Amino acid sequence: MRHTRQLTALIVALAIAVAGCGDGEPEQTGTPETLTILAHDSFADAVNDETFATFMEETGIAVEVLGGGDAGSMVNQAVLTKDNPLADVLFGIDDTFLSRAIEEEIFVVHESSLIDVVPESLREPENRVTPIDYGDVCFNYDKEYFADSGLDVPADLDELTADRYAGLITVEHPATSSPGLAFMLATIEQFGEDGWLDWWGEMKQSGINVVSDWETAYYTDFTRYGGESPIVMSYASSPPAEVIFAEEPLDEAPTGVIEAGCYRQTEYAGVLSGTDYTKSAGELVDFMLSVEFQERIPETWFVFPANQEAELPQTFVEHTIIPDDPADLAPELIAENRDAWIDEWIAVMEG
Amino acid sequence: MRRLRWGWVAVAAIPMVFIGYFFVYPLVRILGLGLSELSIGASGVEERLFRVGWFTVWQAVVSTILTFLAAAPLTWAVSTFQFRGRRVAMALATVPFVMPTIVVGAAFVALGFDESVVAILAAHVFFNVAVVVRTVSTLWSRIDPRILDAGRVLGASNWQVFRTLTLPLLRPALAAAASIVFLFTFTSFGVVLILGGFQYATLEVEIYRQAVDLFDLPLAATLAVVQLVGVSGALYWYSRYQERTAVAWTLERGTNLRRPRGRAKWGVATAVIGSLGLLAIPLGVLVGRSLSASFYRDLFSDDRVIGTPIASVGNSLLFAIIAMVLATSIGVLAATVITERSGSLSRWFDLTLMLPLGTSAVTIGFGFMVALDWPVDLRGSYWLVPIAHALVAIPFVVRSTVPTLRSVPAETREAAAVLGASPFRVWREVDLPLITRAGLIGAGFAFVISLGEFGATSFIARPNTATIPTMIFRLLGQPGASSLGMAMALSVVLAALTAGVVLTIDRARFGELGSF
Repeated sequence: MRHTRQLTALIVALAIAVAGCGDGEPEQTGTPETLTILAHDSFADAVNDETFATFMEETGIAVEVLGGGDAGSMVNQAVLTKDNPLADVLFGIDDTFLSRAIEEEIFVVHESSLIDVVPESLREPENRVTPIDYGDVCFNYDKEYFADSGLDVPADLDELTADRYAGLITVEHPATSSPGLAFMLATIEQFGEDGWLDWWGEMKQSGINVVSDWETAYYTDFTRYGGESPIVMSYASSPPAEVIFAEEPLDEAPTGVIEAGCYRQTEYAGVLSGTDYTKSAGELVDFMLSVEFQERIPETWFVFPANQEAELPQTFVEHTIIPDDPADLAPELIAENRDAWIDEWIAVMEG
Repeated sequence: MRRLRWGWVAVAAIPMVFIGYFFVYPLVRILGLGLSELSIGASGVEERLFRVGWFTVWQAVVSTILTFLAAAPLTWAVSTFQFRGRRVAMALATVPFVMPTIVVGAAFVALGFDESVVAILAAHVFFNVAVVVRTVSTLWSRIDPRILDAGRVLGASNWQVFRTLTLPLLRPALAAAASIVFLFTFTSFGVVLILGGFQYATLEVEIYRQAVDLFDLPLAATLAVVQLVGVSGALYWYSRYQERTAVAWTLERGTNLRRPRGRAKWGVATAVIGSLGLLAIPLGVLVGRSLSASFYRDLFSDDRVIGTPIASVGNSLLFAIIAMVLATSIGVLAATVITERSGSLSRWFDLTLMLPLGTSAVTIGFGFMVALDWPVDLRGSYWLVPIAHALVAIPFVVRSTVPTLRSVPAETREAAAVLGASPFRVWREVDLPLITRAGLIGAGFAFVISLGEFGATSFIARPNTATIPTMIFRLLGQPGASSLGMAMALSVVLAALTAGVVLTIDRARFGELGSF
């Protein structure tokens, strides 16, 4: 009998301990002690004590960031928990997932006081989400390879089908990789829904290499890392990153950006509709659009600030370009056709 | 007998509550949510579903068979012979098990494997050899040599002895290892994506694609149910098989290893060097890429972007310790329940405990998010990480404990009871010493699983606490020679840490055996 009692006591103690781990503070209106941001891992991982320090000093509100996996997984979590949300603000949703979130009505409208500093092309017309940054998915090329071989750097997508580039190009699969999907969308915008598959058909003939993810494309297939492709689908921010994360200090980026075939991904923040603190959450979104936060963006997350008043760091000015007219498609169009487009792409490339 | 029953309920309650609240309840909630909106009849879905389902099953079966063939020589050597470096060999064989799929995938591609079924199968074998070696050798090394000698005395050849004595005695361990490898490869995700390309999707990949990319929760839930039914079917068959074939025989207190002599010496050398050599090839690729002092030095410096990479080691160790304690205590209690109560209830309980291994990471992750806000909101808590790790590790603890417990003849316990021992005393004197040893193997597995786990945790919203695999993934996500080098260096650190931990646990285990 004694053992039973001990066990019962142990279970009760455990239950109390577990209960104590949650925060038992009662719900309150007005100003919260903490605001929570649900973000994708690549944002959450790079947050440190300084990221939201100014916001905390000004408002007295602490900011906690939860990493919810990749962008798709994060949006799903926000949708699945909309009745009892995990967070007050969602950050990092892009065009490819926006429709779904808007359809599920997980955001409340928030017109940021700073929205005027954001170019019209990045904004969401009804202000349900606020653009915070954008990144361009672009072909990168290995400068050394092109210098040694005497090849010209291709200037547009049509040129890539030429024999001289046969077998030299690696892209990611649109069904398994975000830059892969972005590039597929770029070709749809450039060649139209009638012509894009013809381009891919020609690329297949010339032996384009398709891999499942960016890591494999960049670190295995890129000539810079011992592979066989001097042209790989990556980001406009990759060359500055090469300089910042170089083994030995570099004066010049070893890779360059090809301006053709770029696709612009905009990342948004939104106030989640289930929050008790709509006003404070809105202020947090505004803070993310402030010059201080925006100037932190390039060297922390390797994307570009949406706020036009934010200055780019020197490495970004020197080592990359911001394409003039990158492709981007309406979120509704993407949501509607994405699956069918991918199936068509597969039929051509793997059929 | 009343006392026994109440104690019994308490012992059974802990694992049942844990698995019920952290697995069954979230699973039911998320599947319920998905299936309630189900509308069947989308065109072309059935055909793809059939193709994916078929591929999932056959690649898992073939991977399991190949893993056994590949693991056989090393398992034989470490289970039969005592030789210098034996424990080191076992520790090294465990290293592939924890390597992040992204790193191994890159190594296989660098070795010239193109996207193909062959690459997938080779990677599955690489990852799972350790499961077979460790699970089977535990039992094999403790087979009473007198049984085998008796066979030889009666004129049986070595092969006949192996086939008619050793193999049947090993059945529980073989079945346990097979079920784990099968489940692992059945739910394979990263390997299939990286080395298979899009044309070879498993159910796990398809569930991810439908739920996360295409937002088709109903279809994802349907696929998850198909996956669960498949896994349950395999497990049900397995547990029936295990019950039918379990032979009670006295386990030796210690291991029965001989020194290899004559021809056996060469056999052992070939088996060990050959097996480890093959496993070392992909690992060699990453060691080669990490070779620069600056990469290792940079792991200690505070980079403004990703923090200090080496700090992830501390996080990983902390999570691994918590997960190990959780999984071992719950797993051992569960194994006790399963072995002492035969019958359908115990069989279903056993099956439920194994299910997390065969459930897709998306299902577990999203299930946590929709279910765990009651009675306390655990979502977004640090605790979810070791709890998710423990769910995956519990089956290992159970599978390495149950065969040992089953092999205790009922007469031993009855004798103790007749001599006046209370049920608790019987358990303490007869079962506990055996459980401790088997539990330590399970604990080692739990620790190692937690060190390497990446899948399920990435679907849980949690505060930023990078573990080693997360940090490797993050480093690999940024362009730059130093990022790649540091990712490889951190992988080598993970490998060394794993080997070190396994070696320490094995030493503790055998040290304890020696004191008997």
